[in-house]
Amino acid sequence: MNIKPIHEIEKEIIEDFALFDSWEDKYEYIIDMGKKLPVLEDEHKLDENKIKGCQSTVWLVASYNEGRVFFKADSDAVIVKGLISMLIKVLSGHTPTEIIDARLDFIREIGMMTHLAQTRSNGLLSMIKQMKNYAIAFQAIGSEETDHK
Amino acid sequence: MVKGKPLVYFDNAATSQKPQVVIDALTHYYTHYNANIHRGIHTLAEEATVAYEATRRTAQEFIGAAYEEEIIFTRGTTEGINLVAYAWGRQNIKTGDEIIISGMEHHSNIVPWQILCEEKGAVLKVIPVDDHGELVMDAYKTLLNIKTKLVSVVHVSNSLGTVNPIKEIIDAAHQVGAKVLIDGAQSAVHLDINVQEMDCDFFAFSGHKVYGPTGVGVLYGKKELLERMPVFQGGGEMIKEVTFEKTTYNDLPYKYEAGTPNIADTIALKAALDFIKETGKATIRAHEEELLTYATAQLQAIPGLTIIGNAKEKVSLISFIIEDVHPQDVGVLLDNQGIAVRTGHHCTQPLMARFGIPGTIRASFALYNQKEEIDVLVTGLHKTIKMLS
Repeated sequence: MNIKPIHEIEKEIIEDFALFDSWEDKYEYIIDMGKKLPVLEDEHKLDENKIKGCQSTVWLVASYNEGRVFFKADSDAVIVKGLISMLIKVLSGHTPTEIIDARLDFIREIGMMTHLAQTRSNGLLSMIKQMKNYAIAFQAIGSEETDHK
Repeated sequence: MVKGKPLVYFDNAATSQKPQVVIDALTHYYTHYNANIHRGIHTLAEEATVAYEATRRTAQEFIGAAYEEEIIFTRGTTEGINLVAYAWGRQNIKTGDEIIISGMEHHSNIVPWQILCEEKGAVLKVIPVDDHGELVMDAYKTLLNIKTKLVSVVHVSNSLGTVNPIKEIIDAAHQVGAKVLIDGAQSAVHLDINVQEMDCDFFAFSGHKVYGPTGVGVLYGKKELLERMPVFQGGGEMIKEVTFEKTTYNDLPYKYEAGTPNIADTIALKAALDFIKETGKATIRAHEEELLTYATAQLQAIPGLTIIGNAKEKVSLISFIIEDVHPQDVGVLLDNQGIAVRTGHHCTQPLMARFGIPGTIRASFALYNQKEEIDVLVTGLHKTIKMLS
């Protein structure tokens, strides 16, 4: 699989956002991304996949295939969904090590840190932690598989 | 200014902005007479003690209490309720007793009673809320019986703005011999409070919602009740004499004020209460009523917007939802327009469940808000809805 390195995808997002000169454009873009995020099937909307914020909820599922981690997620709030969509774009399809090492500086660069600060209300920060936890878990599986070869 | 725009602050039910006199009182204390109170014999200690105790008298007058020792300084409404649950509750609640709260309580007036009920094997009963956001009083009266030991209800709902008929609630509770605690967190700033006329047994409110500093609040309790109640926290100030064999406790109100209190904020609370008195509650109420009427009409005209809570008597607070839109998204986009509202369940999850919604958008107005700011909110909401659709 040929996939761009995480920092390159982050750079592209930062460049996209640099084109916006108003907060409206920025948020309309995020809302649009939120709306375009593929619907998470109801079968995945289980309590065990739920990251409960005080106000909105995030659902996150991960799968591991040929050394790469794939994420699917959803939220009931569309701005959070847009931010989720970007995180998936950046992290999904990479190896556990790449995901664990990802600094995700783009969130700060595009001026969206406030959404991470509101961790109690939207569960976004917990979602990033959870994505990294999945990567750590899959890394352990990956190394076990290697050990047995 | 917020995000380059003039701030429209409509989150007053969470906490009010502070008048300059309050900020000055804080600064003045720390600059000129910072000292620990009650025990020091030096000049500064005396000055600080006098100022601290002056707040107690002002608070007594503010809520119409009979005695100044009925005013206990706390950290806020939550601590006041917890104090009653701990000290009064553990002494007076037995297995099988019943405590009544309402369906529109803040979590602070639910959880302490759940803890107490669990510990004592007592039962928590809930007064239902109707579709307008009012308490179903007939249902309340059927809940009352000889086993009812306490009724603890909110004076004004923080989520809906409903003003509850507390006089009726208190009188009915007293008829079965139950005590009554009124959560005044939202009412103290808007309504005239007279605990003697209400005849409530306990009344709790927070300083920071009445234009005062954070970290200070008042618990009022009837003197004879407070005197009979056991202590809450042990430590300095609350003792009369300590030996390793036995400690005797101080008199009211110090019995409930263990440790060095929040001196600065308590002193500055006086400035806030004086500020309200000088402005006049009637003047404040009239202005806020005008804002409420205007905002209700303006918001109702927005397509897809539904106001949650249409009680006949409300304070200047409007909760609403917008069709197909998550409250949090609205909050984020309004914030980018310099408008501060509160979104979410407002710490009243059971009430939100009652209305079948995850949360609302809440705009709450204070005496310094203006009609023009409501226009800004309405324009902001139109823009927000457009962006989200």
